[in-house]
Amino acid sequence: MKIHEYQAKMLLAEFGIPVPKGVVATTPAEAKKIAAELGGKVAIKAQVYAGGRGKAGGIKVANTPEEAEKLAGQIIGTRLVTHQTTPEGVPVSKVLVEKAVTAERELYLSIIVDNVSRMPVMMASEAGGMDIEEVARVSPEKILRVYIDQAVGFQAFQGRKLAYGMNLSPAQVRPATSLMTNLYKLFQAKDCSLAEINPLVVTTDGELIALDAKLNFEDNALFRHSDIEQLHDLEQEDPLEVRANELGVKNYIKMDGNIGCMVNGAGLAMAVMDLITLAGGRPANFLDIGTVNNPDRVVSAFKVFTTDPSVKAILVNIFGGMARVDVIAQGIVEAHKQMDVRVPLVVRLAGTNVHEGKRILAESKLNFIEATDFYDAARKAVAAAKGGKN
Amino acid sequence: MSILIDNKTRLLVQGITGGEGSFHTQRAIEYGTKVVAGVTPGKGGSQTLGVPVFNTVEAAVKETGANTSMIFVPAAFAADAILEAADAGIPLVVCITEGIPVSDMVMAHEYLKGKSTRLIGPNCPGLISPGKSKVGLMAGEIHLPGNVGVVSRSGTLTYEAVAQLTSLGIGQSTCVGIGGDPLPGNTFVDILELFQKDKDTKAVVLIGEIGGTMEQDAAEFIKNKMTKPIVAFVAGATAPPGRRMGHAGAIISGSSGRAQDKMAALAAAKATIAPSPAEIGLTMKKVLKKM
Repeated sequence: MKIHEYQAKMLLAEFGIPVPKGVVATTPAEAKKIAAELGGKVAIKAQVYAGGRGKAGGIKVANTPEEAEKLAGQIIGTRLVTHQTTPEGVPVSKVLVEKAVTAERELYLSIIVDNVSRMPVMMASEAGGMDIEEVARVSPEKILRVYIDQAVGFQAFQGRKLAYGMNLSPAQVRPATSLMTNLYKLFQAKDCSLAEINPLVVTTDGELIALDAKLNFEDNALFRHSDIEQLHDLEQEDPLEVRANELGVKNYIKMDGNIGCMVNGAGLAMAVMDLITLAGGRPANFLDIGTVNNPDRVVSAFKVFTTDPSVKAILVNIFGGMARVDVIAQGIVEAHKQMDVRVPLVVRLAGTNVHEGKRILAESKLNFIEATDFYDAARKAVAAAKGGKN
Repeated sequence: MSILIDNKTRLLVQGITGGEGSFHTQRAIEYGTKVVAGVTPGKGGSQTLGVPVFNTVEAAVKETGANTSMIFVPAAFAADAILEAADAGIPLVVCITEGIPVSDMVMAHEYLKGKSTRLIGPNCPGLISPGKSKVGLMAGEIHLPGNVGVVSRSGTLTYEAVAQLTSLGIGQSTCVGIGGDPLPGNTFVDILELFQKDKDTKAVVLIGEIGGTMEQDAAEFIKNKMTKPIVAFVAGATAPPGRRMGHAGAIISGSSGRAQDKMAALAAAKATIAPSPAEIGLTMKKVLKKM
């Protein structure tokens, strides 16, 4: 789960990490008031769940409160399109108004769990800023890494190693080490999947300040962090994904094609999407329906499909293992009772309780196209979507 | 022969009295797996499905000589269950549970370092040595005893691949689902090593997915250490790009997470790439013919 920059900075501050003075505004008038209170030059930053804001015009600098009002008015209420968003962009309903900081150096600092060592890794670089990925690609030696042992946690010597490695001055080493220690404390305490400060600036006064910050959280651990969960801004997510989630359909990702897919298992769902593409079509979504032991979730998935105007055919491919095919079949029948499904339906069933599942579908007199295997299902769905009745 | 589980497997089920735990224990027993014990704290001394239930893994091992554990404990408590099994000295632990917080798994891996316990999963379908033992969720009847090893990150896609093999008369030595967790216990390399040593495994099917670098590591191992032919497929060439993890995700894995890059790495290691997930069985048939 993602949160906004202003929320991330509040958490950083809570853990003792210096951030610029700033307040979030939802109207231009508020932005003006905040700018006047902060005094001097301020940055106006669009609050969206996407990177690349600077290059996309989502960050502006104002010299006066009046200018802050004007610039905030140009950002609030628009949709910001960056290289990380869809062409429609994401809505901006808040801006962070922040006291401008004069940076002498821009550093990079982050923590993520490394899948290979299975340990959290802290990465630091003196080449922070917008081009950090390019730096990592071209000169990987400029990215310093320390791995954090769970038995002892982040250690001061690791902080010194990174601080000296980034060529900080002797007076900055201790505050840098303490900042890193605090960032790790935050990462651990809140079950982050990513904690990233980019840039971490050294001001002209020699202070270290987190000028921009990104915190992502482990979805699987949200059950023990209700304070974090309530920060989630659903407006920033795809509306169909939000709808699916509300209906209890997890693992749904909207895509740009026209074949609605319901598959059990993430790997199989991806394989079915690969086959649809191979057959000349495009999936409207990724959906791992998971272990279904109750028809309701299948009905909910159909609710999502029928809400999605781009869906021209529905493909159900289930290989029962943990999930039971008969329950899926009941769900399909129930969905057709509850709603008007106007697009062709292709069904391929195999695995646990398959005969029972096929019997349920046959007896329902439902109009559907039966497929013998998953490639057959993909081909039939592509054909149905092309010559679809809708 | 086979790897990891066979007729000597004495299975313990942690979370045996839960819905999924008891359903799959029943099916494992029907398949012929020797289920010797169950563990559910608070239900020790009772019996379920004809299997004695214990409060702790330690007591269960002492009483029954269990040498493999299968875990169905809910996600919030599953890492603790893994540690308990390792502490009791169980050599093979198969964790089925999905959705364990990453930080819990980081801690579990730290604990497992230097211990002799091998962890399969979490978030995995388990494993089966057809005709001998089943420690997992897969439908036993789609399998056929034979000489092809299967190792996969995906559960249901493995069923598809196995069904293809079986329908072509190609049996399997052992099928291992290493799971879809970002921090799995055993990786492709760990399982390939076992298949390479197993004299009854003549060839291996490897099924990867987008994300991480495990397929590239497997390719490196295949190039340097494997003499047995490999048929590989990596799912997700058309999948939505992974949810972006700031710059750190890109820095740590570069472009290696893409299906195309993984298949290229495996092809460079002389693995035969199945042109589609529907042709995994056929591709293996052709490879076996050439042997």
